Amino acid sequence: MLRRAVTTTNGLLARHIRARPFSTDLSSAPDADAGFVEAWKKVVPIIEPPKTPLSFMQTRPSTPPSIPSKLTVNFVLPYASELSAKEVDMVIIPATTGNMGVLPGHVATIAELKPGVMSVHEGNEVTKYFISSGFAYIHANSYADVIAVEAVPLDQIDASLVQQGLAEFTQKLSSASTDLEKAEAQIGVDVHSALNFALTG
Amino acid sequence: MAMAALRREGRRFASPLISPRPVTAVRSSLISEDETPFGVRSISTQVVRNRMKSVKNIQKITKAMKMVAASKLRAIQVKTENSRGLWQPFTALLGDTPSVDIKKNVIVTISSDKGLCGGINSTSVKISKAIYKLNSGPDKENKYVVLGEKAKAQLIRDSKKDIEVSITELQKHPLNYTQVSVIADDILKNVEFDALRIVFNKFQSVVSFLPTMATILSPEVVERESESGGKLGDLDLYEIEGGDTKGEILQNLTEFQFSCVLFNAILENACSEQGARMSAMDSSSRNAGEMLDRLTLTYNRSLSLSLSLTHTHTHTH
Repeated sequence: MLRRAVTTTNGLLARHIRARPFSTDLSSAPDADAGFVEAWKKVVPIIEPPKTPLSFMQTRPSTPPSIPSKLTVNFVLPYASELSAKEVDMVIIPATTGNMGVLPGHVATIAELKPGVMSVHEGNEVTKYFISSGFAYIHANSYADVIAVEAVPLDQIDASLVQQGLAEFTQKLSSASTDLEKAEAQIGVDVHSALNFALTG
Repeated sequence: MAMAALRREGRRFASPLISPRPVTAVRSSLISEDETPFGVRSISTQVVRNRMKSVKNIQKITKAMKMVAASKLRAIQVKTENSRGLWQPFTALLGDTPSVDIKKNVIVTISSDKGLCGGINSTSVKISKAIYKLNSGPDKENKYVVLGEKAKAQLIRDSKKDIEVSITELQKHPLNYTQVSVIADDILKNVEFDALRIVFNKFQSVVSFLPTMATILSPEVVERESESGGKLGDLDLYEIEGGDTKGEILQNLTEFQFSCVLFNAILENACSEQGARMSAMDSSSRNAGEMLDRLTLTYNRSLSLSLSLTHTHTHTH
């Protein structure tokens, strides 16, 4: 009897201690959606709620009061992260509405990209990429994200192959009969003429 | 001595009946199962030996599978880690909205085609079913899109009517973005949705995989949320370049987001699959090794017993 009493108080004590979080405990994913976790625990208490992408992301800084001197660029491709949080002076991106120079403090923008040259200016150094298409987001906190499907440094492009491809697709465009063929040939012509322009112009 | 000889004779006559294999002289001198009384011992050692042989073969197979998984893992892990930057800009722009209130919910469950990879597929299915439950209610609709044979086999049992699209054999060829965008296109064409929930196992290490759910909203929901100043209120602050209307740009944007997130998710899950298979095969070859040790002990013990029995026999007679 006595022993049991002791064990139960021990159990209570232990539970009490456990219930209080340790100061060294990490709060689990502080920026995850709390409402979601709560709703999940109510409906399926036996399974841990799944992680959401936000918990794997580094938090971005909030918009600073004064314009920072550098632009932070993320340039990602499906198979690589070309630039990851790199601080540069300026990038020029080929938006569908025309080339767009982005400096720190640029107004927040979403831009769709067309085939063309993206250049990254860092001091006196300029890196040029030819990108196929994609999206660019410029955030208010002087962060710029550029997502492209394919990108190559401009110096790795063979000019003679570009000419050959341009001729091929121009010929295809003139002989295309269906709308689909026409559209495909038009894309080919657009990409190759943009490549040609990037190399020569 | 004479008895033993007689017995040996008798055995030779009976041998076609007892064992189909011809008894070789070398074997009978090494392991004298032929000389044991009435074959009791010899049968038990025979059984143990067969068992040992099969366990040894199983161990060989699991070891080979582990090697294969390890080399596949190495290749796919590089790809996966390189693709991790791809979805981040979208989350930075559109945020993370797991608790958004919508009507038509489509759960994209990613699993593997082959088994023997621990519990990652059943985790995916369990999480998917829980999301289904979480979003069910009056005038709400849930559908499944299943990628991979294993989740299909599990979901078809009780949710056959809810499976809208199922795609298998994703990994016959090494994965690339073009393939995944074709799959994404296929899914987008065939389902109507307000939100897509991609369920997959995110690879953390060879022994740890995190079940993850990524949410992709339809362009209409994105527009509604940003205009009403809900979860995506910040999106209204962005200027939009290109395209004729905001809706058009948002459609392009969400479709591109889906293909990018799906690409990373499929790679993460494939990576988890190889990791899980590697550790599963590692533990089963270790298990087989332990079993083999035990069997060897049993075998040797009964063998020495039978030897000593025949030994005493020969001496008493």
